[in-house]
Amino acid sequence: MNFDFNDEQKMLKKGARDFFEKECPKSLVRQMAEDEKGNPAELWQKMAQLGWLGLMYPEKYGGSGGNMIDLIALEEEMGRACLPGAFFSTVLLGGLFILNSGSEEQKQDLLPRIADGKAIMTLALTETSGSYHAASIETKAVADKDDYIISGTKLYVPDALIADYIICIARTKKGTAPEDGITAFLVDRKAPGLKCTLLKTIAYDKLCEVVFDKVKVSKKNIVGKLDQAWGPLEQTLQQVRIARCAEMVGGAQKVLEMSADHTKERIVFDRALGSFPVIQHYIANMVMDIDGSRFLTYEAAWRFSEGMPCSKEIAMAKAWTSEAYRRVTATGHQIYGGIGFTVESDMHLYYRRAKAWEVTLGDGNFEREALAKELGM
Amino acid sequence: MDFKEYSVGQFDTEEQKKFRKEVSDWIDANINSTLAQSPEERGESADANLTESKAFGLKLAARGWLTPSWPKEYGGAGLSADQRHIIAEEVARRGINLPGHWANFQGGVPGPTLMKFGTDEQKKEWLPKISKGALFALGYTEPNAGTDLASLQMRAVPDGDDYIVNGQKMFSSGVHTADYHWILVRTNPTAPKHKGISLLMADLKSPGVTIQEMHTISGMKTHEIFYDNVRVPKKNRIGPEDGGWGITREALSTERVSVGASPWATKITEDLIKYAKETERDGKPLCKDPFVRQSLAQCTIEMNILRLMNARIGWLVDKGESPAWTGAASKVWEAEAGQRVANAGMQILGLSCQLEPTSKWAPLKGRVELGYREMVVRSFGGGSDEMMKSLIATIAMGLPREPQLAMPVKK
Repeated sequence: MNFDFNDEQKMLKKGARDFFEKECPKSLVRQMAEDEKGNPAELWQKMAQLGWLGLMYPEKYGGSGGNMIDLIALEEEMGRACLPGAFFSTVLLGGLFILNSGSEEQKQDLLPRIADGKAIMTLALTETSGSYHAASIETKAVADKDDYIISGTKLYVPDALIADYIICIARTKKGTAPEDGITAFLVDRKAPGLKCTLLKTIAYDKLCEVVFDKVKVSKKNIVGKLDQAWGPLEQTLQQVRIARCAEMVGGAQKVLEMSADHTKERIVFDRALGSFPVIQHYIANMVMDIDGSRFLTYEAAWRFSEGMPCSKEIAMAKAWTSEAYRRVTATGHQIYGGIGFTVESDMHLYYRRAKAWEVTLGDGNFEREALAKELGM
Repeated sequence: MDFKEYSVGQFDTEEQKKFRKEVSDWIDANINSTLAQSPEERGESADANLTESKAFGLKLAARGWLTPSWPKEYGGAGLSADQRHIIAEEVARRGINLPGHWANFQGGVPGPTLMKFGTDEQKKEWLPKISKGALFALGYTEPNAGTDLASLQMRAVPDGDDYIVNGQKMFSSGVHTADYHWILVRTNPTAPKHKGISLLMADLKSPGVTIQEMHTISGMKTHEIFYDNVRVPKKNRIGPEDGGWGITREALSTERVSVGASPWATKITEDLIKYAKETERDGKPLCKDPFVRQSLAQCTIEMNILRLMNARIGWLVDKGESPAWTGAASKVWEAEAGQRVANAGMQILGLSCQLEPTSKWAPLKGRVELGYREMVVRSFGGGSDEMMKSLIATIAMGLPREPQLAMPVKK
């Protein structure tokens, strides 16, 4: 067993940490929270130049040909920095979906532009029920000669306001199983009938309501096979879950370090806050919560990068890390007390993200149920 | 990064494969029919088959294999660390529980402590004894000194070439089957408490030693032991007088040989999943109950975390780094997650969880019920979770230690 990144990955990680410390200070994070678009242009271009947007794409599509372990090294640092912006929507949800199921033409057209920082993309999946199950897909796409007409409402679509393309997951036929009859459409955000509205959410992560009101899309813009999008979609979400877990690990580690530092500096009853066993136990519980999150995430990422089956491992990582990161941020707040309750403190930036990311892509209950199925129950 | 699942012998060189076969064949030829059974058939408690495993241990000792990587002058077999691991793995793989410190194949705590802190005479006298099968029991805890061990009151008063020792130790497991007692005693009652402690080796056959069994709620055997004017030679003291505390703290950080024996909670989780699939309640399999699904999924996750935390220790040791606080983390996790698994199992079994192992209606041969009682001790035995967590916070994250009062012990 080897729990470490290799030398190149360590360099990438250190480079990313230094870069984000300089280019993504908390003042930028707070500014972006108030900003409707939330994707700082200069930062996005710098990340493109560093090859980070195309990190996971093959070189023939303008990427660096990196693997999942390279990605999680970068993701940890993004989580640590509370990096705002379109990486999750564009590079992961949109880009990986295109990579997994797009035509050669679509890949050649879209992926290099994403890698170069020239295109923003997102995925419209969840609807008003907020479910990740196929049965919840009610947005319809009805065939009309060479086009499809899409009608329905999607919620929690990240970065839809600034996206150039929205991949819409819609139902094209009522199949025998809910997963059967679902198709992915690449929709131009400026298409008539498409309306995006920013939602005010706890993590300020630019989630949008996207209403499709008889939006016409050419059948040439189907991504993958008609009626068969659910498989590639699941495949994509699995990869994104691993990446998101690593982002949570990075954030949690920062919260632990901040909290530990605070307990060394803060004096109460004539001694350091951290000299009280109760506080020491809070910190120890954080350490173990993060150990578990880190190890489960790393094992899932390694198995994925080796082409091994990893559905069990991904379910375990997402279930645990979602709840562990939340616990860590709640404990962080408890350690900081009153001063952490003010908006000027950084603690709530992590607390908000932890909760948003817990419920995104599958919370603990959802993932434990997925694991139960994997265990044959 | 590499998470290849290690299977015993997977990475053996040709030479190691040969040695492993030699060890494996010898073990099979030297264990009796009881030890040759699987652990489930034999009975899983640590005291089961004590006679058989002790007899087997003495056979290992005759080959120098109780302390295989000790030099031959100390009674060992002069083998390498790898070869020692192979012997330990082959014994552990068969689920054989050797008594006390024999299980780590390095003389437990006494062996390395004597190596590091013993005089030449002590090493010459005691190391061969340990190699040949002398068994030590640890004597630390007292009625008023458990977590706060430095408060111990067992008194050793100098008298010529000996100490006269009076006092009591509790929860001294293994003392009923051991030859010698590794005891911390008070030699200076006026100094700050941790500065007045000495480390002695006492012969358990000495006059004045009385052993009394303590009856635990899980049936796990342990003992009270009373010293009534027991003579212990001064030459059996390790290190300087009043210097026992520092030696003990250093000695406690000896290398752990983690041979991957599957802990109870991991095995019971797997068995509960199987049970849930095969058992119906109210017309459907238990495994279709949402509570059961969530609960066993969570148990599985926590047991995987335990596996990875233990693997992390092995990784650090292989790299030549000290495990430092990571052993404490694994201990806490095994205890707390293990207790959660035990309770989850009891909840899933419902009314039948109450049935003791001997009952004909007991599900899973009553192993969950027994485990529920056994797991109670894990969060304080061998170091309380509270102490472990403070250790983690202070060593892993540099938090300041709680101010100690360091008073002399009140009589």
